[in-house]
Amino acid sequence: MPEYKWPEANDRDLIGKRISRLDGPAKTTGTAKYAYDINRPGMLFARTLYCPHAHARITKLDTSAAEKMPGVKAVKIIQNVGTEIQWAMDEIVAVAATSEEAAEDAVRAIKVEYEVLPHSVSGEMGEKAPNAKPAQEQTTGDVNAGKAAATVTSKGYYGIPTISHCCMEAHGHVCEWTDEQHLETWSTTQAVSSMPGEFAEGVGIPAANVRSHTNYMGGGFGSKFNVDRWGIECAKLAKETKAPVKWMLEREPELTIAGDRPSSYAEIEVGAAADGTITYWSSKSWGSGGPQGTGTPPLPYVIQPPNRRHQHISVPTHMASSRAWRAPNHPQACFLTMSALDDLAAALKMDPLDFFMKNTALTQRPAVYQEELQKAAELIEWKKKWRPRGQNATGRIRRGLGLSMHTWGGLGHQSNCEVSIYPDGSVEAKLASQDLGTGTRTVIGIVLAETLGLPLNAVKVSIGDTSFPASGGSGGSTTVGGVSASTRRAALNALEQLFAKVAPDLGVPPDQLEAEQGTIRVKGNPGKSMPWKQAAARVGMAPLTVRGANPGPGKLIDQGVGGVQMAEVSVDLDTGIVKMQKMVAVQDCGLIINLKTAESQCYGAMIMGITYALTEEKIIDPVTGRMLNANMDFYKLAGIGDIGELVVHMVTGPEYDKRGVIGLGEPPVISPGAAIANAVANAIGVRVSHLPLTPDRVLAALEKGGVS
Amino acid sequence: MAKDKKAESSGFSRRDFIRGSAAGALSTGLLSSTAAEGAQSGAGVQVQGPGPVAMTLQVNGKSHRLELEPRVTLLDALRNHLDLTGSKKVCDRGTCGACTVLMDGKPVYACQILAIEAQGKKIETIESLGSPEKLHPIQAAFIEHDGTQCGFCTPGFVVASKAFLDRNPHPTRAQIEKGLGGNLCRCGTYAGIRAALLAVNAGKGGSNA
Repeated sequence: MPEYKWPEANDRDLIGKRISRLDGPAKTTGTAKYAYDINRPGMLFARTLYCPHAHARITKLDTSAAEKMPGVKAVKIIQNVGTEIQWAMDEIVAVAATSEEAAEDAVRAIKVEYEVLPHSVSGEMGEKAPNAKPAQEQTTGDVNAGKAAATVTSKGYYGIPTISHCCMEAHGHVCEWTDEQHLETWSTTQAVSSMPGEFAEGVGIPAANVRSHTNYMGGGFGSKFNVDRWGIECAKLAKETKAPVKWMLEREPELTIAGDRPSSYAEIEVGAAADGTITYWSSKSWGSGGPQGTGTPPLPYVIQPPNRRHQHISVPTHMASSRAWRAPNHPQACFLTMSALDDLAAALKMDPLDFFMKNTALTQRPAVYQEELQKAAELIEWKKKWRPRGQNATGRIRRGLGLSMHTWGGLGHQSNCEVSIYPDGSVEAKLASQDLGTGTRTVIGIVLAETLGLPLNAVKVSIGDTSFPASGGSGGSTTVGGVSASTRRAALNALEQLFAKVAPDLGVPPDQLEAEQGTIRVKGNPGKSMPWKQAAARVGMAPLTVRGANPGPGKLIDQGVGGVQMAEVSVDLDTGIVKMQKMVAVQDCGLIINLKTAESQCYGAMIMGITYALTEEKIIDPVTGRMLNANMDFYKLAGIGDIGELVVHMVTGPEYDKRGVIGLGEPPVISPGAAIANAVANAIGVRVSHLPLTPDRVLAALEKGGVS
Repeated sequence: MAKDKKAESSGFSRRDFIRGSAAGALSTGLLSSTAAEGAQSGAGVQVQGPGPVAMTLQVNGKSHRLELEPRVTLLDALRNHLDLTGSKKVCDRGTCGACTVLMDGKPVYACQILAIEAQGKKIETIESLGSPEKLHPIQAAFIEHDGTQCGFCTPGFVVASKAFLDRNPHPTRAQIEKGLGGNLCRCGTYAGIRAALLAVNAGKGGSNA
């Protein structure tokens, strides 16, 4: 059995370097085909009649006019008369027609009536909401003793709203039946390997009869794990019409029902001894993620005072079900915790850097956080720039600094990789994995090429097809660990077999061979070697095909990372506009496979974080229960001019390398909300309690206090 | 589209778009009242549609004859009828720029233009700009500086960048931030795009900095 470990630092040609992504040429030239881009011969387009009410019962439904419209091939009732609808924009009827325009016309011709029922759409109502669930409480230590030990306390109320995923490629599928019993789909998903099972269950055929493709996908962020009802209905429409059907969500349903990060609100009381050591935490939180309410956020976050109590109230609402949003529950818990602790530092009249540094003792990884706080402070010049709240600059534009820290798991998921070495020397890795834009495809290529001692352009990576070995869904930052470990093991297994075939020619036992620089050579005697192509020819007529899996033997992966982010903002006291000046991310993630795309994950996460800190919110009209800003004009994403200067520092070194590969997609998106909110409080001398930090909220906070 | 002669603008910032829309709304009002008068007098008004009408589009140097309803957008014509799917449909209302194409050399949102209006114009899509085998320098810079993640906004950004750099080959960061303000990305590739655009013509002489 080969020794399953990563190569030593001085033995890495590709791992840890800045490598351009393999699919860059396809993506930048527009030749990459996403599910939305699949055009099949004779393909029909689906459009949907959505319920305009947040809570209603269907009383009348007449599709007869729609059925007779030109170009209409099928009209399918999804929810019929008598059904009680639980959120706005739930699907009622689907139409398949020869063009998008014909399908839209047919949807307009459907006659439907509702009995409108009372709804509740505010997660912020907490225990006053009609359906609020009983509070759940967790207590550790003795909160009263912690209070007695505190010399300074701080109380506050903080809130972070429901936001949407707003994937650039909307949710959806193209479905085509290749015969009565076999379905082929092109699905924009984070979990291509679970598509066949879900489709099969929905349409009543064996999972073995479904093949799904996700060669490219235009963003998921946690919202694209399932086939969803539109997927099953798309497959049914395709069967009924005997034609391929494309069903991609329009932007309004995409924002309303296909993306939802639960809201979170909390009253928090904290206290510290005079030296800044936190002695207790007491909080009551509530929020909603649709009909099922919301789970308890991990409060307090990262910093665990010895005495702490947390109560949570789940508030079910008439909104579409929440979906995992990049680091589920963490951005909320982080914002609530780090805001409250920053206010405590202000009450203590302590520099937050010193305060958080001191309280790293209450984290699971004090040394890592200390190193990261130190590095981030250096990169943003904290000690030079920081002033107490409201004391940085005079006049209309004030500046501020804020910081936050976060954690995540990121243990690699189950993954299977098949490596083939062809007699002509070409090499391929096949996995039914998917690349969300994180660089998965490139990571697989790097691991394969590095292991076989080949240049990156000598290997082929094939993913996004369920005819390849199954690999896990891309959630929880589990993909990089899963696919790098399965690929490493498969490649080492393949090499072991190849070594056995060429060892007699090189006159040494197979375990004395290594694959380096495009050759198979004798360890310690590079002159005794065989070119890769010649070695590969020894596999015979058929390719050598070998698998590797994760989990598996050898320590290749780990879990548990830390990160620190610091933000510098300016705030215009007259307009309330917050501008990003600079932001620093310091992040560890074990052994880095591709430094370029690892850094990009941090840049991207900071930008996504700037967006939810400053502009993003699902605004739900309490009267109608509908989302008021379900379009990209008013559901605001930051633009290229809104981000300021960004600095990323990946924490690396032998101590981190030896942990193995750990996921990175989620952790850096956790801290921005807190870091930016703390920077704004520092700038204007008063806390803006709720995200996003829109001008109206900043001005309202200034009305109550702060600088003038 | 409002004219903006400043070098730093691609002619297509979001602000320009809003200005352009306002002007557009005004002229639409004028047109429809003219049409109404014409209909009353019954003189000289050519009504097309609502059914499919013959039209010719000049796309990427080729002439395409199509039969489309007048309400079909240029974006849907490209994607659904010419299988040119590099231009993406995202917001479908002139906000995100994922459908950006060049019309007579100027960047436009293809979702905001009817195919029938685009007749007689020279349309260039991302498909005309380079290929995986022969990348345009902008595409090579996007790859080098990792200005792409999921990639769905990327073609629109590349086309907008082409128009921007054609007008201003040596932009400053501030100019890039204004000139590319009409395109949005969700993965957060702006840092890479900024670096890419600073690099494309670096070392080729000239500077605004």
